[in-house]
Amino acid sequence: MMTPESDVLLRVENLAIHFPVTKGVVFPKQVGAIRAVDGVSFELNRGETFGLVGESGCGKSTTAMAVLRMLQVTAGHIIFEGEDITDYDQKKLRPIRRQMQMVYQDPFGSLNPRMKVRDIIGEPLVVHRLAGTRLEYRNRVEELMDLVGLLPDMADRYPHEFSGGQRQRIGIARALALEPSLIICDEAVSALDVSIQAQVLNLFSDLQEKLGLTYLFIAHDLSVVRHICDRIAVMYLGKIAEVADSQELFRDPKHPYTEALMAAIPVPDPSIEAERSQQLIVGEVPSPQNTPSGCRFHTRCPKIRDECSKIEPQLQSAEDGRIVACHLHNPI
Amino acid sequence: MNELQPLLSLTDVSVSFPTDRGLVRAVNAVSLEIEAGETLAVVGESGSGKSIMALSLLGLIPDPGKIDQGSIVFEGQNILTLNRRSVRAIRGNRIGMIFQEPMSSLNPVLTIGKQVAEPFRLHRGMSKKQALDEATKLLAKVAIPDPASRLNAYPHEFSGGMRQRVMIAMALACEPKLIIADEPTTALDVTVQSQILALLKDLTREMDSALLLITHDLGVVARYADRVAVMYGGRIVETASATDLYRNPSHPYTKGLLASVPRLDDDTGTRLRPINGQPPDLAQLPAGCAFSPRCPHVSDQCKVDRPMLETVASNHSSACFGYE
Repeated sequence: MMTPESDVLLRVENLAIHFPVTKGVVFPKQVGAIRAVDGVSFELNRGETFGLVGESGCGKSTTAMAVLRMLQVTAGHIIFEGEDITDYDQKKLRPIRRQMQMVYQDPFGSLNPRMKVRDIIGEPLVVHRLAGTRLEYRNRVEELMDLVGLLPDMADRYPHEFSGGQRQRIGIARALALEPSLIICDEAVSALDVSIQAQVLNLFSDLQEKLGLTYLFIAHDLSVVRHICDRIAVMYLGKIAEVADSQELFRDPKHPYTEALMAAIPVPDPSIEAERSQQLIVGEVPSPQNTPSGCRFHTRCPKIRDECSKIEPQLQSAEDGRIVACHLHNPI
Repeated sequence: MNELQPLLSLTDVSVSFPTDRGLVRAVNAVSLEIEAGETLAVVGESGSGKSIMALSLLGLIPDPGKIDQGSIVFEGQNILTLNRRSVRAIRGNRIGMIFQEPMSSLNPVLTIGKQVAEPFRLHRGMSKKQALDEATKLLAKVAIPDPASRLNAYPHEFSGGMRQRVMIAMALACEPKLIIADEPTTALDVTVQSQILALLKDLTREMDSALLLITHDLGVVARYADRVAVMYGGRIVETASATDLYRNPSHPYTKGLLASVPRLDDDTGTRLRPINGQPPDLAQLPAGCAFSPRCPHVSDQCKVDRPMLETVASNHSSACFGYE
């Protein structure tokens, strides 16, 4: 199942991000580490939408920040377009960053309230010295606004004059300004009302078709992820529990955590809800500072076996070709 | 109390806030009834007035808002004509409330025990010791492990899900006949969310309390509600039993909402059908139906006249001219 290297846009190998926990103010001493991401590997193929799902604290956003090299990587490699960018300095990263852009969750906090929409969308062009003449700059911004469904005559307004959905469109236009190949969407539709969320999701699909974008889509809402993603990785406490084709994952979840996540999400139809099993997993996600031994999910797993608390399962192909980190499917 | 009378009935309730941009009607002539023991979900997007409606039931409308008109009758008493002291005797006693943010709705400098025991001290006049004993039992009921030793813990020592369990314990302390839960699980992770809602549903059933569930999540409604009221622009646009609403939605807004939610059980690759346009600005509502600027079936009448809630089937009403 190896994909030719040229089709792989981004490869993440054994990525680990640990945040030190220190004690003492004057002479801080490291007393532990929060293992936010602990050995995560995945590949993004050109033109696909890859989802990272999981509950808060599972490391999905930290992974995204690391891919953008906005965080110190503890171990592992980030390979973008065949180049290992893990140790690049700021100067070498500059041209790489043109290729990957981010759309943030909060449409209110991510736009500077004192800047006009024109300058928000055009700022990446200025930063990367691609603005050209004044006319070229104006035209490019208007083209971008048109692309995301905003009226170009709104360019001279300020962010507060826009609704949540429109602001998210502004954020998307800004991300598109540099014609990136990879867009990282970190909970990009979570703050929106359902009727607006649907508009923005459709916009993401349209843009992908038009511009051939690759998305790394991070969200906690499984139904949204299922809708937009081609492949999905389910994360739990800094590790990937399961990776699968989006349809496959939902038709036949392998990892008990994936099953639990899906059972927890209600379907908007009372007649289906009445028939669904309502078996819920107990407890809450443990602290990443003190991760459970063996399989990290064993403290909440309904299908626990003896080996689960002792031996950590590796992410590997099971008999039927599905990739999952669980002793049930990859017996020792 | 008359057996045929609903537990709570709102008639023509309006709440308005004076703002720089004129008077904002957050809740506009809303009428609603809740029967004893039932779960009624109020759904709507942000700014639809669902939370303000819930706050009005407890006399908790934040300044400078006020209730302009209407009556709120709970167990035969009109809450709006009662004085503050009498409302306080109902709040937390006959009506319990659970808020969205478990972080900010608990007092960070008081122990969990003290906060859970408070309703017993206030409404039942118990001694400190008695109240703490009751609090321990209550914490056990909401599945807090080792409740006796947790009484001396402070809210920051609890996780989000545990805090919400504490909130539920406090709301249920006096076995209220009505519990108002305003987005009780929005801030929680999905696996914890389903635990909390299941707990809430079980406990209300056990005590035969009615539950008014305010939410934006149509999946949660489908799983837990008996009846649903859909709000838009400060008004109720449709009410029906949960099964009926999902099977035969009548109002174009309800239909639009249901079509715009991605579902775990639909075909992937299908396009979502979003509702066009933006939610209304409550300070500048259109003259006729508030939904008319976004409605795919808009007629000339919709832009001028305001449709009233009319019966379209048994126990099913909709406020739309298309269905008269």
